Amino acid sequence: MSDLREIYQQVVLDHNKSPRNFREIEKPDRRADGYNPLCGDQLTVYLLLNGDTIEDVSFVGKGCAICTASASIMTQALKGKSESEAEKLFQRFHYMLTDEGEDPGAQDDNPPLGKLKVFSGVREFPVRVKCATLPWHTFHAALHQADKPTTTE
Amino acid sequence: MNATKTLVQKTIEAPEDGFNVREFRQDFPILQRKVYGKPLVYLDNAASTQKPRVVTESMCRFCEQDYANIHRGVHHLSQIVTDAYEAARDKVRDLLNAADRREIVFVRGATEAINLVSSSYGRKNIKEGDEILVSEMEHHANIVPWQMLCEETGARLRVAPINDDGEIILDELAALLNDKTKLVAVSHVSNALGTINPVKQIITLAHERKIPVLVDGAQATPHMSVDVQDLGCEFYVFSGHKMYGPTGIGALYAKLDVLETMPPYQGGGDMIYSVTFEKTIYNDLPYRFEAGTPNITGGIGLGTAIDYLKSIGFDRIEAYEQDLLVYGTRRLSEVPGLRIIGTAKEKAGVLSFVFDDIHPHDIGTILDREGVAIRTGHHCAQPVMKRFDVPATARASLSFYNTKEDIDALVDALHKVIEVFR
Repeated sequence: MSDLREIYQQVVLDHNKSPRNFREIEKPDRRADGYNPLCGDQLTVYLLLNGDTIEDVSFVGKGCAICTASASIMTQALKGKSESEAEKLFQRFHYMLTDEGEDPGAQDDNPPLGKLKVFSGVREFPVRVKCATLPWHTFHAALHQADKPTTTE
Repeated sequence: MNATKTLVQKTIEAPEDGFNVREFRQDFPILQRKVYGKPLVYLDNAASTQKPRVVTESMCRFCEQDYANIHRGVHHLSQIVTDAYEAARDKVRDLLNAADRREIVFVRGATEAINLVSSSYGRKNIKEGDEILVSEMEHHANIVPWQMLCEETGARLRVAPINDDGEIILDELAALLNDKTKLVAVSHVSNALGTINPVKQIITLAHERKIPVLVDGAQATPHMSVDVQDLGCEFYVFSGHKMYGPTGIGALYAKLDVLETMPPYQGGGDMIYSVTFEKTIYNDLPYRFEAGTPNITGGIGLGTAIDYLKSIGFDRIEAYEQDLLVYGTRRLSEVPGLRIIGTAKEKAGVLSFVFDDIHPHDIGTILDREGVAIRTGHHCAQPVMKRFDVPATARASLSFYNTKEDIDALVDALHKVIEVFR
């Protein structure tokens, strides 16, 4: 059970049960849909920008505990960030789980991963990595106004 | 080792009907292995079944001692191999009780068989305005090839609905049959729900209007005896790997008079009688539909798998698996919060289930760490998920090598899931 507790930490279970910022934004500046055909995880991420700053970010959808908690904690981490900080955080989170790309904040933990570190254990469960990264890819697509829905395939 | 073995044999009595599952489990080396330090409990048989040693050994022996290409050389090995491969075709004919060996076309699997029928029979016979009828419980393999054909021809795909138990509503299916219907394509057993469809009744309904029927038997051939002459269907398809044979081999059964009218599916070697740049004369049946060097090793493995299943007996397999299904249904029903999806009166060994507040993917991960292998997701049957308004299900699917202890291990692991999410 110990390694399971690594992935299903209390924080994750809590955010799964009561996801934060789980709502639509009525007039979002950006939005994107994400879908994982493997397991049926599906979510929409909404962004409200104030100049360069992410003033509000939210999501709705249906997903597994990892996906839902990741989306919930992501919205908390992104609120108030500038676009370039958010971009860096996306890369840092992605690197933490996949070793792909690079960690732009490796030296000074900036922007700080903070609570996002609860997902570091997910890398030990390769088939679940996509569950944790789907909300981030979807956010990334919204930020860059990608037209197509994001999928993990 | 020997002492342990004796102990096991002593403590676990064979069931009264003589179905000694312990003995059959010995035929499957993989069932001895552990996953994360726990004994493997393999309950993903609807995705693919494990291979008995006789199957892998037959393929190994073939590759090491008899290997050559078929239908070509005059040399000794080529003759041996051709005989062995054609003997496998006879075994498939016997498995399905087809009237003629020429009605058996080797393919990669059920998916390719359906694509073959769609490309060859479909393109020739289905035109704009025609209709193809499938059921709401079909696997994507029995939906997408027909959609592609519809897109190409301007035909229309129609869907016979299922009820809340996951059974085809026969009246509604019958009402959908009309003069425009040119083909009915329906699964024998549903991979996502386990429903055994009344295919004989469906075929009778279709034949009253002279509509041909394709039956997707991928989930039927591992569990029950099939008689295509009794069913009367025009086409029957299955995959080897779901019935203890290797991947990459399966068969299409098509009635001879239908197959004779069908244009070739792929062109190449082996499917021709003679080739000049002016004209090619196609080979006889079934070789006309088998272009290129086939999966010879796979064919031989499939033949062995059929022999193996027949040596156990489909009646016994079916009876044992039904018993296990009843036990599994009862045990799962006792798990708090668990809801079984697919409660048809006639069912094969599939237990699809959901929890209201726990996603199947999370169930799968926790079960995996307990050594219990199940499938989670949409099972390539997204319309079924939509019908039951779930994003996915967890699915335990049974084989005759599973035991009540396997079910108990599943239930114990599900209690761990509940513990984590409580």
